[in-house]
Amino acid sequence: MTALREARGGAGAVGTEAVGAASGNGVTSRRDLLRKAGVALAAVAVAEILETSEALSVVHAEALPGGSSAGAKPAVSVPAAPLASPGSEWRSNVLRMQDELAAALKKPLAERRWGMVIDRRKCVGCMSCTVACKAENGLPPGVVYRPVIEEEMGTYPAVGRRFTPRPCMQCENPPCVPVCPVHATYRQPDGVVVIDYEQCIGCRYCITACPYGARGFDFGEYYTTRTPEVQPYELSPSHEYGKKWVRKGERSPVGNARKCQFCLHRLNAGMLPACVTTCIGGATYFGDLKLAGSLVSEMIGQESASRLRDELGTRPAVYYLG
Amino acid sequence: MKRIWAALWLILLAAGLVGVYERLAQGHRVAGYTSNVPWGLWVALYMSLMGLSAGAFLLSNLAYVFNVKALRRVGRLGLLTALVSLIAALFAIWFDLGHMARFWKVFLRPNFASPMAWMVWLYTAYFVTLAGELWYAIRADLVRAADGDGIQARVARRLTFGNRDLTQQAMERDAHRVRLLGTIGVPLAIAFNAGSGVLFAVVEARPYWNSAVLPILFLVSALTTGGALLTFLVAFLTRDKGGETHRQTVAFLGRLTLGFLVLDLLLQVSELLVGLNTTVPGHGDAVRWMLAGPGWWSFWLVTVLAGAVVPIVMLTRRGASVSQMGTAGLLIAVSFVAVRLNIVVPGLVVPPLAGLPAAYVEPRLAFHYAPSAMEWLVALFIVIVGVGLFHLGRNVLPVAGENRREA
Ligand code: SF4
Ligand code: SF4
Repeated sequence: MTALREARGGAGAVGTEAVGAASGNGVTSRRDLLRKAGVALAAVAVAEILETSEALSVVHAEALPGGSSAGAKPAVSVPAAPLASPGSEWRSNVLRMQDELAAALKKPLAERRWGMVIDRRKCVGCMSCTVACKAENGLPPGVVYRPVIEEEMGTYPAVGRRFTPRPCMQCENPPCVPVCPVHATYRQPDGVVVIDYEQCIGCRYCITACPYGARGFDFGEYYTTRTPEVQPYELSPSHEYGKKWVRKGERSPVGNARKCQFCLHRLNAGMLPACVTTCIGGATYFGDLKLAGSLVSEMIGQESASRLRDELGTRPAVYYLG
Repeated sequence: MKRIWAALWLILLAAGLVGVYERLAQGHRVAGYTSNVPWGLWVALYMSLMGLSAGAFLLSNLAYVFNVKALRRVGRLGLLTALVSLIAALFAIWFDLGHMARFWKVFLRPNFASPMAWMVWLYTAYFVTLAGELWYAIRADLVRAADGDGIQARVARRLTFGNRDLTQQAMERDAHRVRLLGTIGVPLAIAFNAGSGVLFAVVEARPYWNSAVLPILFLVSALTTGGALLTFLVAFLTRDKGGETHRQTVAFLGRLTLGFLVLDLLLQVSELLVGLNTTVPGHGDAVRWMLAGPGWWSFWLVTVLAGAVVPIVMLTRRGASVSQMGTAGLLIAVSFVAVRLNIVVPGLVVPPLAGLPAAYVEPRLAFHYAPSAMEWLVALFIVIVGVGLFHLGRNVLPVAGENRREA
């Protein structure tokens, strides 16, 4: 920590000196020379970057019509990822889910049933969704809405790994709800189980009652506490439930139970949940299970669709394939 | 001697206050519980104190409601113990809340589907009943003590609330009200204590808790610890020590406690055996954790040794002295915090989904628990305040020793 502080102090000092030199009285010092050299170098670098990006955009454009990057030069094959190609299944799925989301939002709340389908055969265990969710909801230490459970099966060489992202299941019969002594957590008509942060007294009974371990407690901690300063991103507001929540002192959501709410604030703004849009494997699907012909409602009709711990009778709105 | 006790009390109070300061200034940041083991020492302490309260209350009412003569000398002291334990218990659970300032919401917007809401309402009703019963039990003596200038007299004057009637009729009315309030209080005490067992038992997500024995066990534990604490208090803190009646009262309480303890152990062993032999192996994980996990000592050394073997030997020895019986009582009452802790924690350390502990690793998501220094200090504060309140009550209120009317 001291070392870091020194480094910061040092950097500051250098900065001041440099400004001093630049605003000097025209004497060309060695520092000035260096500075000019620096600018020249930077110019070269910028030019190179521009060239490269031009090349990239050309390749990109080339790749588009064919929907294949087979012809691309190896050196620039990176941007031509399948995600960007219009013919890709995932891209069309995202567009379709977005359209369906808009359609679902036109229906009354009670006629929607938000649901999620996670294709475990496509999940690569990168945990992008976990991180995106952390950022989207401003989650502190101790709260993770969507961890990815890893399992290993078989013995070498016949060995496989399976990844199970675990958001809140938004149970139809949620065990976490009846235990709340103050009605702070409840199931909305659209099936999302929410927590009213203003009412929650922080007794944590609901955390013990969830059979999926999907709830956490906000201890009021920051990841950057033991660094020179708490980083602004930890103090910037999150927008859960469409309100502004700044985690400071003991103010809610500090001291509350917290859980995944399918990014309700994004849904209501016409956006898919953060975990869906960041999934690099295209493994997470989202939509209205009650909307006839929606992607998710089609998918849960597949034979391999299942729910976690279905025997409990909680009736999750999150389905798994594979 | 008195000075030494007072100094010790003050030192412990100061230490406890450090914990309370930490708790209030830092919130839950300095607590040892995690998102996955969200309950710990305070919940265990809360349940222990609730049990003490209900147990002491029920035993006192053996005298008032059921006319058990051997316990007549215990009545008021028991009621005071019950009241103080209840207040301490409420402190324990209050410190545990994420938002302490919102506790009143349980009264204004209760969810009666939740056992927790039921508990709060039941022990509020119990609180009122208990305070009322204690008042009627000591009113006449308050009036008698009200003459004079001492602090005791002044407090007594205040507490009579202007009711100075000492006629035979008034005294009979008092006795009647004591019995009436006791009769109302007994089912309340049973209900909220078994209720705290229900609070755990309904959580199917935790197979270790999900047992119909739990509410009964809570009730028996309440009687065991309540009896044990009263044995200790009557043995050491009544004013008319030394006589044969005193000895008999302590011996009676000791025997009662022993009986409840054996019943309690029977229920615990039943839980253990079922847990160890479940055909679905995962359902026994919590029991195995309790017996051989990192907190094994709290079971083997505190519960088995200090809470059962030693006190049973002390209580069953022929010719056991009053102070031996009293010490045995204290051992049982104190060690039962470990019993409660071993209900709370093992149920939580077993992950509800396999693989969850490794899915995202950080200290606040750990599936283990050890109370932090702050938690210990706050617990100490609660106990020390309880001791102080009891001492105050015993010195200011006519509760101990001079049981003229009852004896
Ligand atoms: S997964 Fe857990 S938190 Fe989510 S609704 Fe079901 S019981 Fe509640
Ligand atoms: S922690 Fe909050 S939401 Fe959960 S049961 Fe307690 S009051 Fe309700």
